[in-house]
Amino acid sequence: MSFNLALVPRREISLFRQVLTPVIALVVALLIGGLIVWLMGRSPAKAFDVFLREPLTDPWALQEVLLKSTPLMLISIGLIFCFRANRWNIGAEGQFLLGGIFGGGVAIATHGLSGPWILPLMMLAGVAGGMLYAAIPAALRNRFGISEILTSLMLVYVAELLLDYLVRGPWRDPKGFNFPQSVPFTDAAQLQPLFEGGRLHSGFVLALLAVIVAILVFKRSLFGFAVKASGEAPRAANFAGFNEKRITLVVFLISGGLAGLAGIIEVSGQVGQLRPGFGQGLGFTAIIVAFLGRLSPFGAMLSSLVIAVLLIGAESAQVSLKLPFDLTRFFMGLLLIAVLAGESLNRYRLEFRKEPA
Amino acid sequence: MGPERIRLSGITKAFGALKANDHVDLTLHAGEIHALLGENGAGKSTLMKILYGLLRPDSGEIRINGRRVSLPSPQAARAQGIGMVFQHFSLFEDFTALENIAIPLEGRIADAGLRAQVEAKARHFGLAIELDRPVHTLSAGERQRIEILRALMQEPQVIILDEPTSVLTPDEAEALFATLDTLASEGAGILFISHKLEEVRRLCSRATILRGGKVVAETDPRAVSAAELAALMVGEGVLELRPAGEHALGAPMLQLDGLSVAPDGVHGVALQAIHLTVQAGEVVAIAGVAGNGQSELYAALSGEGGRVTSGQVRMAGQDVTRRDINARRALGAAFVPEARLGQATLPQGPLSENVILSWHATESLGRWLLDTVRIGTVARNVIERFDVRTPSPDPLAAQLSGGNLQKYVVGREIERKPQLMIVDQPSWGVDARAATHIRQTLLDLAAKGAAVLVISQDLDEAMAMADRLAVMHGGHLSAARPVSALSRAEIGLLMTQGESPARGAA
Ligand SMILES: Nc1ncnc2c1ncn2[C@@H]1O[C@H](COP(=O)(O)OP(=O)(O)OP(=O)(O)O)[C@@H](O)[C@H]1O
Ligand SMILES: [Mg+2]
Repeated sequence: MSFNLALVPRREISLFRQVLTPVIALVVALLIGGLIVWLMGRSPAKAFDVFLREPLTDPWALQEVLLKSTPLMLISIGLIFCFRANRWNIGAEGQFLLGGIFGGGVAIATHGLSGPWILPLMMLAGVAGGMLYAAIPAALRNRFGISEILTSLMLVYVAELLLDYLVRGPWRDPKGFNFPQSVPFTDAAQLQPLFEGGRLHSGFVLALLAVIVAILVFKRSLFGFAVKASGEAPRAANFAGFNEKRITLVVFLISGGLAGLAGIIEVSGQVGQLRPGFGQGLGFTAIIVAFLGRLSPFGAMLSSLVIAVLLIGAESAQVSLKLPFDLTRFFMGLLLIAVLAGESLNRYRLEFRKEPA
Repeated sequence: MGPERIRLSGITKAFGALKANDHVDLTLHAGEIHALLGENGAGKSTLMKILYGLLRPDSGEIRINGRRVSLPSPQAARAQGIGMVFQHFSLFEDFTALENIAIPLEGRIADAGLRAQVEAKARHFGLAIELDRPVHTLSAGERQRIEILRALMQEPQVIILDEPTSVLTPDEAEALFATLDTLASEGAGILFISHKLEEVRRLCSRATILRGGKVVAETDPRAVSAAELAALMVGEGVLELRPAGEHALGAPMLQLDGLSVAPDGVHGVALQAIHLTVQAGEVVAIAGVAGNGQSELYAALSGEGGRVTSGQVRMAGQDVTRRDINARRALGAAFVPEARLGQATLPQGPLSENVILSWHATESLGRWLLDTVRIGTVARNVIERFDVRTPSPDPLAAQLSGGNLQKYVVGREIERKPQLMIVDQPSWGVDARAATHIRQTLLDLAAKGAAVLVISQDLDEAMAMADRLAVMHGGHLSAARPVSALSRAEIGLLMTQGESPARGAA
């Protein structure tokens, strides 16, 4: 006699259930997270306070949350184009770095100059860098049928090494005490705060703009329809004459371009120079964000904010509670698993079966 | 009559405001082949999905072998001895026939043991299948046989077949009937859905007729005429096809000059130097047993696929051999592919959005943002003019009954007012009245000066519609000849043996 567990499709899913699922998923993730914190000998109530309440109530921390959400929003919006089309761009991190490198390159080349044209030029260069880098996996898939999952992922490591090489080699700041980093950008090459004394810069506005445009594209444009069709029913897309290869290229360009923009915004608005590790894995985190948001632009905006809260909370938890930063990674994973499990249990129910062995 | 197998009483199922089944009663006995009849959208598939555990009835009871059961899932239904063959194929394209058969058999894999069993079953019922071919290389008839064999592997006492013959050739259908007769004689009860009343009368001993979700009659189909059955289904007499009046033919809209196409997949059929001309104002039909190159021909005509190795496709006088489907649409062509769900439509898209698929190439649907008002109007016009029965004003394509979706697809293309209409299987699974309606619309389209090419496995349909008819066999196309000059016997010969070289191509 053996037991096994089977997933049986539910035939109808009530609206109530659909609305409640993400809420329950969040609560479950919080409970498990609290349990882990408790097992580590810290107070879950305190952790809750540091992780969630503070970032949301303290005005300074709130700005940090919005700043952190900016790259997440931009990258995940781009990824939605790929994922909706059933193309798998796993390399946004690399495109993010290339955006920083290209835009940062402009800042370094124009070092000492000033003028209002520098920042826009950096942004454009960042977009171009991300696009070019994303075009590689798209072209390899179109030309040779190579899986874009592998190529886009592998190119992340190439990008990291390229950045490493640049800041240790040709772009190293001669006055930087041999630290692997570029010259600090001048004011003309840095995104300025939106209001006096604050830190929030116009990158956040660009991210919101990207959300709105993406919502319109998916709701109301022919291109958005072509992307959906190509992902959901490739034969119908073929019948409609939507060119499969062109769609692959375009969704990769969009997501690469947005990741590149996020990269230069991060470099110019937050870091102020090129240095290794400015990526912080945000390009990978954005994949989680896109799925937490159920591949909808509005959902991605919300989940960017949720994840940003966690990331900021984690930074202060490191200091005030001596909790390791990896705990946040763990918690993000937990949240994603809870949401995905909730989705699955929405569509399927678990059934225990007894079987004679 | 054997013991009672199934008793459905008072089955009711609503989708929103629409009652797809309304207090339906039905009994099925062992050894009986029972027809379930009704026009498109009458609720036949819904009732069968309830019996197969795919849908939960809102009320009513199901008894199997006298015991009241609840069927929460297809597994539960299969455990009760019920098997089903679906209206739309439910096979995994990349898996082989044997693997597809293994999937629903819990705890079984596609090993030698299973192969032996499947082969024995196939022999017993006379179902020829190559077990190791991936499904995407198989014809509709072959897929059908896999579905049937798969259902049979579970030794069902009851088998449901939802429009099994709409994609079969006459020979394949005959073979299926023989299989069903054997099954029934061995004590299985069979529920059979079909729009082809002649075959119902030949095969079934009882018929339950649904209209608007309600049972309107239960009769012995052999005791009444096909016309009477049809009247019971739709409430009034079926329309007669009105031949188009005299009209002059215009310029050639479609010309195939020595078109050769590489086979589609390993087991596809290569097209060999095909010649055909369709003039404005005429209807040309291509008859033939499925799997003789029709899908390659359609793909090459529409530009959706089909690797042309030599020869030309010309539309409205222009060479389009290397142009895509939208360039062809821009020259006035419209296409209705064989698969209505997933090719002609986006299953999870509403009917309004589905307009975009074929309209965006030639119509202005809004410059930056889609003109949802226009798209909605087009969809509503199609629904109205083609009598598409929908459960809500703008349902998802997957929510329409099979025949209604076909009406929508044909209507959507005709609304584009094409100069050249190419239709693969125009009345697949469409009820008698709607089939006549679709055929009539195509005839009227030709009368108004469009060129119409119909690819059909249904010889009656081909002969009823066409001015000229050609037959496809083994990748060759016979010369198109006036239907009036062809006898059924001649066509039959062309279908099975092709054109003898002595007779030559025109
Ligand atoms: N999932 C669903 N959601 C909403 N409406 C549905 C759904 N499935 C079926 N319907 C509606 O229920 C009605 C009955 O559909 P059903 O598929 O049972 O018809 P049918 O008799 O099998 O027709 P056909 O001969 O065209 O296959 C139709 O109006 C259909 O649009
Ligand atoms: Mg049906």
